[in-house]
Amino acid sequence: MKNSEILTCFQCGTCTGSCPSGKYTSLNVRRIIKDSIKKDISDQLELWMCTTCYNCQERCPRGIKITDAIFSLRAKAVKNGRILPAHRAVCKFLIETGHSVPIDDIHITIREKIGLEQSETVSKYPNALKDVKTLLASTGFDELIK
Amino acid sequence: MKDLSLFLGCVIPNRYPGIEKATRLILDRLGIKWSELKEASCCPAPGIFRSFDKVTWLAIAARNILLAEENNTDILTICNGCFSSLLDANNMLKKDEALRNDVNLHLKKINKEYKGTIEVRHIIEFLHKEIGAKNLNKLIKRPLELRVAVHYGCHLLKPTKDRLLGGSECPVFFDKLVEATGARSIQYEGKTSCCGAGGGVRSAMLETSFKMTEYKLIQIKKAGVDCIVEACPFCHLQYDVGQAELEKAGKHYNIPVVHYSQLLGLAFGFTPEEVGLHLNAVRSLEFESRIAGIQKRGHSL
Repeated sequence: MKNSEILTCFQCGTCTGSCPSGKYTSLNVRRIIKDSIKKDISDQLELWMCTTCYNCQERCPRGIKITDAIFSLRAKAVKNGRILPAHRAVCKFLIETGHSVPIDDIHITIREKIGLEQSETVSKYPNALKDVKTLLASTGFDELIK
Repeated sequence: MKDLSLFLGCVIPNRYPGIEKATRLILDRLGIKWSELKEASCCPAPGIFRSFDKVTWLAIAARNILLAEENNTDILTICNGCFSSLLDANNMLKKDEALRNDVNLHLKKINKEYKGTIEVRHIIEFLHKEIGAKNLNKLIKRPLELRVAVHYGCHLLKPTKDRLLGGSECPVFFDKLVEATGARSIQYEGKTSCCGAGGGVRSAMLETSFKMTEYKLIQIKKAGVDCIVEACPFCHLQYDVGQAELEKAGKHYNIPVVHYSQLLGLAFGFTPEEVGLHLNAVRSLEFESRIAGIQKRGHSL
């Protein structure tokens, strides 16, 4: 998002007032967006308290794409090496298995018990998993989260 | 209309397979032509992967979409997260030629190409638009006399400009589908508020995510309902496992969590076990026997 779009903000605070996370956390969407045009906010943990529910973006009277801006700010933080350990773990699951929530023994058993076969996803097809891995290498994702 | 490829994602096949089973049962009962999308991966999850790197997120989503293109089918999702990633990626790639070319350069390395020839559907959106609550109601032989708290989930509704389902403040289409089963949708404060799981919050900040979940559970409890009905396994997990976690802290909500596929399955006469209600972390035997009672009465009518 261009700074010129952010500069149309008249600081009404509808975004912050609509934020389900900000009710309980130090996330202040209005301030985060405002700060982002003046400085690098990659190290602000608040960036990761957003559930991306889009309330702020939907309700912004200026039509500023606030949630989209959060995505961009997060991407910048990631490029600067600010990755939370739990998120890194989820990324590794994707790289290793093609799923961000892979199957485990308990659920293999449950599937059998309720009469479901192994799902037809990438977990069953080694060549498909290889394709996913090739893509993640091609976009530089595996390097990004190393 | 094209036939459908069922896109399972991660949480449904790998954590709540009961929802998968219920979905298979209801799609067959509705006479919908569908097959499981083979070789699909994670959508990939919007909260983390869209945040981390847009091109990676698009490339993995495009690969899933083109698998359906190769079959000449639309994609059917049963998860708001999968719907969000696949629909938004599909829209972006269809509209933006430069972005499409960029993504196709990566896809070329696996001898694939995204063409932009199919649509991404969500089970609720699909039933609402293609069948409609009134027609659905005609298929119900055993009306479920239940009081239900409907939870839409954020990404079924928003961003509204891309969802084409109307406004996000007071939506009614999901409530109508719930009421088509004979249940009553009960209003409650914060109905369209987030369950707390999205955006990578659940994985990295579990306590924070539960604060949002608990706000919802308090409001839902106040409304006096028999169950929560949602259409997203991640919301399902957040409410279900969330309640189990809150139990440990001595907070008892005990509200059964039901995916719409399961609710419709029950209305079609499949047993609570057949639709996988017994696989929830918070299991209510009282709720399950009540459903069985309703179904038995329906039989004798």
